[in-house]
Amino acid sequence: MTAVGDVRRRRIDELAAKAGAIPEGDGGLSLTRSAIRRLRRDPVAIIGAVIVVVFLVVAAFAPLLAPKDPVTQYLLSEIRPGLIPGPQEGFPLGVDNLGRDLLSRLIYGSRQSLMIGVVSTVLGLVVGMTLGVLAGAFGGWVDTVVMRFVDIILSIPGLLMAITVSVLLGQNQYSLMIAIAVVQVPVFARLLRGSMLAQRGSDYAVAAQALGVKKGRIVFGHVLPNSLSPVIVQATLSLATAIIEAAALSFLGLGDPDIARPEWGAMLANAQDFLSVRPWLAIWPALCIIVVALGFTLLGERLREALDPKFRR
Amino acid sequence: MSAAGPLSGAPVLEVEELAVTFSRKGEAPVRAVDGVSFDVAPGETIGLVGESGCGKSVTSLAVMGLLPKRGVSVTGSVRFNGQELVGAGDSMLRRLRGADMAMVFQDPLSSLNPTVPIGTQVTEVLLEHREMDRKEASREAVVLLDKVGIPDPVRRLKEYPHQLSGGMRQRALIAMSLACSPRLLIADEPTTALDVTIQAQILELLKELVVDTGTALVMITHDLGVVAGLCDRVHVMYAGKIIESAERHELFARPRQPYTGGLLASVPRLDASRGTPLRPIRGSARDAIPWTQGCAFAPRCDNAQDDCLTEVSGEIVPLEYDGPGRELRCRHPLEYPQAPPGATALGAAR
Repeated sequence: MTAVGDVRRRRIDELAAKAGAIPEGDGGLSLTRSAIRRLRRDPVAIIGAVIVVVFLVVAAFAPLLAPKDPVTQYLLSEIRPGLIPGPQEGFPLGVDNLGRDLLSRLIYGSRQSLMIGVVSTVLGLVVGMTLGVLAGAFGGWVDTVVMRFVDIILSIPGLLMAITVSVLLGQNQYSLMIAIAVVQVPVFARLLRGSMLAQRGSDYAVAAQALGVKKGRIVFGHVLPNSLSPVIVQATLSLATAIIEAAALSFLGLGDPDIARPEWGAMLANAQDFLSVRPWLAIWPALCIIVVALGFTLLGERLREALDPKFRR
Repeated sequence: MSAAGPLSGAPVLEVEELAVTFSRKGEAPVRAVDGVSFDVAPGETIGLVGESGCGKSVTSLAVMGLLPKRGVSVTGSVRFNGQELVGAGDSMLRRLRGADMAMVFQDPLSSLNPTVPIGTQVTEVLLEHREMDRKEASREAVVLLDKVGIPDPVRRLKEYPHQLSGGMRQRALIAMSLACSPRLLIADEPTTALDVTIQAQILELLKELVVDTGTALVMITHDLGVVAGLCDRVHVMYAGKIIESAERHELFARPRQPYTGGLLASVPRLDASRGTPLRPIRGSARDAIPWTQGCAFAPRCDNAQDDCLTEVSGEIVPLEYDGPGRELRCRHPLEYPQAPPGATALGAAR
């Protein structure tokens, strides 16, 4: 550096010192933060978020919220063929055919749904993103191999695939999650790969290349962060799908082998025998599934818009 | 190849017979750049001028080695400090890029990563090439941003590209490309996306930097105003070939290629009388014919005669010596008997 440069540097040091330490996190309004800011002003997003938050809270504090134990049988003397007691003192939603408190079972069921939804989505996300990054970053034959593999998975109908996987893995709690994750892998892989390909040709990627930035750094520092937003949105939507799929698999009898453990899909399956006696046994869990799925979907949809640079002001 | 020798010292960049061909299965290959030769000396600014699609940008990308490998063939020679770049390995090119040769792109918004703060993008180059630690690098980034005239650089480092104005973004990009004081800077239409006052500031900035650091500058533009203000030598390109090269004042005073004349005549002038219509060049760059069939510009040229459209002994129209420091590819150039140069001469030539 020349003398002039030194003087200049000193001046800037002074400026920086005077301004105090560079304020951390000040100044920049990142994509994430501006997205959150926009979401907060969006009533639909708020409805979605409220549903999701309530669901999370219920799942987290189920033992505190549930009025009764979900597996203990009550009112056994009042249950007989063709009669299942409805709402009454102590049982706001009544009991099921085995005398277990419906409300408590619904509350505990949220844990299972959340767990399956989150675990399977995260699993699908991790594997799918790994494949997507491989294909998107290397291109060429890696891309071809990965994508054909993904296409093969995708060509099998989701539910059929999930059934096959959970049968192959044997019936346990985890096979259900893995089965649902497998169905989601191709979605994430394709999405990330496509969005990375689009970003790879972008001006800033070429500009970074023109400045001699290493390929790995371009892929992970520039291309990947810009390709993530559709994946994040898809993950939110996938949570909803995963919850529905988990319910569907439990309904088909491929869920948790522990029948006593409350789970919305299994409750639904169980209730079909008593539809004519007490339809509410089916309606309540179905409603829970619908509302939670709706909450995640609303949030995901709005997140998509909030993250879309085209809507940015 | 260039008639005028380098201004001082050995040229930083020597481009010789550079040709770029894009080929695709089932389609005829496209020769985007065809036998382009020029060199640039330290501290010198040259302009590559032409319409969209004449091969300017492809030339610059080929020099930087940034063209995709698949379906593209680059032949000829690009020597940087005597080092051959055509066919050079990726890692060698990467070490040169950013450190010794840098490039400023046309659209400052899309050339910056929207999800990463400006500071990170500037320090990235420093970390890559100058072996600084993060603290040093971010201090240096402040110096750089200050140098290119970004006010309050300490705060700007934390901001994202969409929070900066267009001119500021282009300054940030220039700061990034100058981070390692490169010996060669290629500016690909750096002012096209900016409004006129900002254009002037950016050009002024580039000019200062060239003078201060002795960087060789290759200015790619379709804007003759930019050329007039900045470039020492000008190469006019058409359909992938250089069709006229001259020193700046010479070119503006006495354009010889009818295409250059047409470009100049289509720029509004303050000294022309009111109501004088601008004379655009007829047609568009798509009307070019292949060089093997004559002069590519002939279909649009007012001076064109029969022999412009026929090959003479299988040779394409050659780039020939045309007076000191000038080269010309034309069979029927504009003539200037004794008349003073300028618009009138141009009018007479038509």
